[in-house]
Amino acid sequence: MAQHKVDFLQNGGEAIKLTTVDKIVNFGRSNSLWPMTYGLACCAIEMMAAGGSRFDFDRFGTIFRASPRQSDVIVVAGTLTKKHAEFMRRLYDQMPDPKWVISMGSCANTGGMFNTYATVQGVDRIVPVDIYLPGCAPRPETLQYALMMLQRKIRREPAGMAQRAKRLI
Amino acid sequence: MRAYKPKDDVQRKSYYNDRFYITPQLPKESVYNDSTFSNDYLSLKRVVDVSEVYIQADHLVMYVSSEDNFKAIKHAKEILAYDFLMELSAIDYIASKGGFEIFYEMLSTTKHKRIRIKTFLKYGLAIESVNPLFRMADWSEREMYDMYGVVSNNHPLLKRILMPEDWHDHPLLKSYPLQGDEEASWYEVDKIFGKEAREIVGPELRDAACIDRYDTQRFARLGHEVPKGVEISKDNEPDTPIRYQEEGGVQLFGKTLVTPFDEIEKVQLKERR
Repeated sequence: MAQHKVDFLQNGGEAIKLTTVDKIVNFGRSNSLWPMTYGLACCAIEMMAAGGSRFDFDRFGTIFRASPRQSDVIVVAGTLTKKHAEFMRRLYDQMPDPKWVISMGSCANTGGMFNTYATVQGVDRIVPVDIYLPGCAPRPETLQYALMMLQRKIRREPAGMAQRAKRLI
Repeated sequence: MRAYKPKDDVQRKSYYNDRFYITPQLPKESVYNDSTFSNDYLSLKRVVDVSEVYIQADHLVMYVSSEDNFKAIKHAKEILAYDFLMELSAIDYIASKGGFEIFYEMLSTTKHKRIRIKTFLKYGLAIESVNPLFRMADWSEREMYDMYGVVSNNHPLLKRILMPEDWHDHPLLKSYPLQGDEEASWYEVDKIFGKEAREIVGPELRDAACIDRYDTQRFARLGHEVPKGVEISKDNEPDTPIRYQEEGGVQLFGKTLVTPFDEIEKVQLKERR
């Protein structure tokens, strides 16, 4: 039995916060975005720097996970070759919903300078992309900014609804 | 393999520029100018037929028959102390000579000398693997098979090393198109979603300079701005006239900063620049 009694009508009702389900769910989702430890090329170096202590992703609640089954967001950091495209899609499929994709750098966005037979010309050909981050390679700050934009996007979305299909595939 | 198109008349096509740079040849010296190399040459000559020999850039270069490659390299390794096979690969001469030139670049770490053994392999024939002599040849021969389609006999595991297993054709052949190969351009879509998804995904956008003035989703239309996503076509293009700030004049703290626009006095552009 509690020794004290909280009067919720006193002191501005400190023990109670009023919010909506959308907001509280999106508060949780957007502040614990767990990206997958997944690097493809030189952009991954910048991604690692962003995850390290200097640029410090942890303060956004963004902690790199070693398994797609624990991840919410996949950062496609680098050149995606056609040989690897299948595996990248498989990793994406293994991630639980809701999930988001950040396409990091020119190569992931459009194929970049690799206008060749063996490079996927933009990862949006195989996975739906939420944030396109330009740069070659983007600085860690820009990846942080992309992540903040993604957080803003998540906070805008209704949480209860199933994720809207961004594209048929 | 695709039909081999000779690249002799490429200059007639304006869109194609010959990207295979032909390096100027370095001067060739006689093999007898160097006593070490001439001894190596005479020693190898007793084992295999040597069709051509010269020294180029301090390398002994030797042409042997494609059947003798194993014998020549074995001799070079065991007798002449070339203990290090640095590189082996093929060069595509299908258009000009009807086959591949295969080279073996070797180094003697004890005697400080280098040799390049070259053979000519007719298209469609296979070459003997040198994997029993040098383990390094394992991956190099796989790469040679992957990139040129040259098969090595008696190779322990001859499969593609860089490209996917089900890739069509061999990319370093000069007949291989760098762009516009259907099999390659749809590869990932076919593999992941199946051929039915080709219509949904759409073709690759490979033209970096592609500009569509009627695409308001992806292009800003600088100077002719319309709201994003508005559908416009050639017949239905909105009129975006030139507007000047000084049409009504600009006032600042009671002073006229920019005088009002006078159509008669001021010179106007007839067209946009």
